[in-house]
Amino acid sequence: MKYVDEFRDGELARTLAAKIARDADSGRSYSFMEFCGGHTHAISRYGVSDLLPANVRMIHGPGCPVCVLPIGRIDLAIKLALERGVILCSYGDTLRIPASESLSLLKAKARGADIRMVYSAADALAIAQQNPQREVVFFAIGFETTTPPTALVIKQAEAARVTNFSVLCNHVLTPSAIITILESPEVRKLGTVPLDGFVGPAHVSTVIGSRPYEFFAEEYRKPVVIAGFEPLDVMQAILMLVTQVNEGRAEVENEFTRAVTRDGNQKAQALVSEVFELRCSFEWRGLGEVPYSALRIRASYRLFDAEARFGLAYRPVPDNKACECGAILRGVKKPTDCKLFATVCTPENPMGSCMVSSEGACAAHYSYGRFKDIEVVVAA
Amino acid sequence: MSEVKKGYIRPLDFKHGRIDMSHGGGGRAMAQLIDELFLRAFDNEWLRQLNDQACFAVTTGRMVMATDAHVVSPLFFPGGDIGGLSVHGTINDVAMAGARPLYLAASFVIEEGFPLADLRRIVDSMAQASQEARVPIITGDTKVVEQGKGDGVFITTTGVGVVPEGVSISGERARPGDRIIVSGAIGDHGMAIMSQRENLRFATEIVSDAAALHGRVTAMVMAVPDIHVLRDPTRGGVATTLNEIARQAGVGMMLDEAAIPVNPQVAAACEFLGLDPLYVANEGKLVAICAAGDADRLLEVMRAHPLGARAAVIGEVTEDPHHFVQMKTAFGGRRIVDWLSGEQLPRIC
Amino acid sequence: MCLAIPARIAEKLDNDMALIDLGSVRKEISLALVDDVAVGDYVIVHVGYALTKLDPEEAERTLKLFAEAGMVQTEGAS
Repeated sequence: MKYVDEFRDGELARTLAAKIARDADSGRSYSFMEFCGGHTHAISRYGVSDLLPANVRMIHGPGCPVCVLPIGRIDLAIKLALERGVILCSYGDTLRIPASESLSLLKAKARGADIRMVYSAADALAIAQQNPQREVVFFAIGFETTTPPTALVIKQAEAARVTNFSVLCNHVLTPSAIITILESPEVRKLGTVPLDGFVGPAHVSTVIGSRPYEFFAEEYRKPVVIAGFEPLDVMQAILMLVTQVNEGRAEVENEFTRAVTRDGNQKAQALVSEVFELRCSFEWRGLGEVPYSALRIRASYRLFDAEARFGLAYRPVPDNKACECGAILRGVKKPTDCKLFATVCTPENPMGSCMVSSEGACAAHYSYGRFKDIEVVVAA
Repeated sequence: MSEVKKGYIRPLDFKHGRIDMSHGGGGRAMAQLIDELFLRAFDNEWLRQLNDQACFAVTTGRMVMATDAHVVSPLFFPGGDIGGLSVHGTINDVAMAGARPLYLAASFVIEEGFPLADLRRIVDSMAQASQEARVPIITGDTKVVEQGKGDGVFITTTGVGVVPEGVSISGERARPGDRIIVSGAIGDHGMAIMSQRENLRFATEIVSDAAALHGRVTAMVMAVPDIHVLRDPTRGGVATTLNEIARQAGVGMMLDEAAIPVNPQVAAACEFLGLDPLYVANEGKLVAICAAGDADRLLEVMRAHPLGARAAVIGEVTEDPHHFVQMKTAFGGRRIVDWLSGEQLPRIC
Repeated sequence: MCLAIPARIAEKLDNDMALIDLGSVRKEISLALVDDVAVGDYVIVHVGYALTKLDPEEAERTLKLFAEAGMVQTEGAS
């Protein structure tokens, strides 16, 4: 596969690993957060940590939209399917997440709810058009990468005058999540979580461009290197971060130049601002309420907003008291610090956000790295 | 004296007809279905006797029995259908004990309304698979359930076979130092099925690898009678099979990702959907574990088979109290290849 | 997050759709989020939509960067 295989080459991995080891100052340690869940997954799946020197460590960030989706939002989707008889269309990632009353979308399906897995928002609209006598709701999740398709589909529904289609919107924003991390007391004031820089998300950046990260670099003096999706990209980005730290710089650099520009995809951005607007606040599982971090559908598209259409009332649902996801998402604790990890909480029976998807820190550690330490920085 | 005229029975309408409740009722309609469809396709000396059971001589020595229910959806997929699958699947299970499969039994649970044309296609497929494998279907059963209570048709097959002397193949025999061999490229069947799923809709030339493995096993066992483990990695893929064996034998494993054969199309399809070929089902592959000294010979025999050209050593068994299946990635790092959690679903993240 | 893959545009279809080819797996996707895409171009595809074109020159440049990491460095250069 072109533009995939070349970026996974083992030979090049070795040379990059050697350079990182040479350039990293043995007198200090480096801690970088990879924000994007896809990067967490790539690092675990390819064993990238094995190729890094001991003093360069990766912290897994909260960039997994499945992980940070609150239970209460899934409850809304389940209610729509079970109690209001809608056809509930969802991406595969969310089907197994445990919600309230021992239900999940998959378990609700076993109880008779009409829940259908779709690969694309367009499929959900197609289902609505094929079933004009049923209400069809698309359970939309994702960061800025996944939002433009949802915007497009709402506009297409409007243009085609589809009257039985709506979207339950859970789209969240990357910059806000990064700010939450940077503003957390452990990072900002106490300095107990050393955070020397960020590996910026690959595909979110193709949409939003590199410009939004300039704020972090300036305001918080942390370098950001946007990295492509493949393991060589991640390693190159780590090298660039080490270099910036060594040279005392805090800039935004772009490793993923083959797909990311400073401005990003403006066509997609315009579409998104036409259909969506900011919510003042939104609950992130594990992080609590985060201001200006999520989107809702604008009043002009109210007809397609499932929350308005069905008069849905959101009820927050707290996680298990022993669940340490919040601390893990902020890089303050590691999975093995959580009492529930690998005992009660496993990928089969996930108790909290970090275990729910294969990109969560706990799931990644459990599935790929349980046999050795995945380096996650711990508050001293 | 007037003869008792044989009443005219209209033959089954295989073009437009459908299964209805009478076909499972035990009466004339059912007898006709059995006669015109099953007996005609599977025809052999046992079925011709028209008994509810089949009688055969038992050889001395050890026998093997295996059973499998087949519920695949869609029923027809690139490279096969549920019929062929039900024959190959159970033949393979018997063969995985190193046994020579002798006979099969087949039971059908058919949904009311199921088209006879499709049923015939499936039965013909079974007949062909059975004949090619030289393992006759000697007894069977048919039931019909109400519409909505069955997914078209479910087929359960049971097989028996004999194990040659000196052959003792079982999961717990894997030993540290043994080599792990796979008989060919992995993930074809599962991705062929995925490509047919309504809502995923991608076009490929990926074809199910469903095939009978017993001929190959016979050759393998003759060349290396002391094979330790044989298993066919069906649901859950090679990863699941290896984890099962590791747990059974109380060992660990170390795989070499670069050595695992995957067809480029399967790799691409997996990339698309965010799936890992190690967890994707196969229906015509086997995993063999043998002593290091036997590996070359075994590989030679496996590669001699037309379908075995890509057989390869993919790792070795290790000493590990945690029973982890570990893998050296092609990238140069290490990871574990864990048990599958639930069912592999395509992901966006 | 965001599982997305680079795929080649094999054929352009009506309604802003295209047939992409990834290792000879073909799928219909939407081009509604991008402009100026031609057959033979590579795009990054996520949940059935092309998000951006892939720049082949930049891809080459990036691969060279990886390779350069192994070369002997003169003092001060990076």
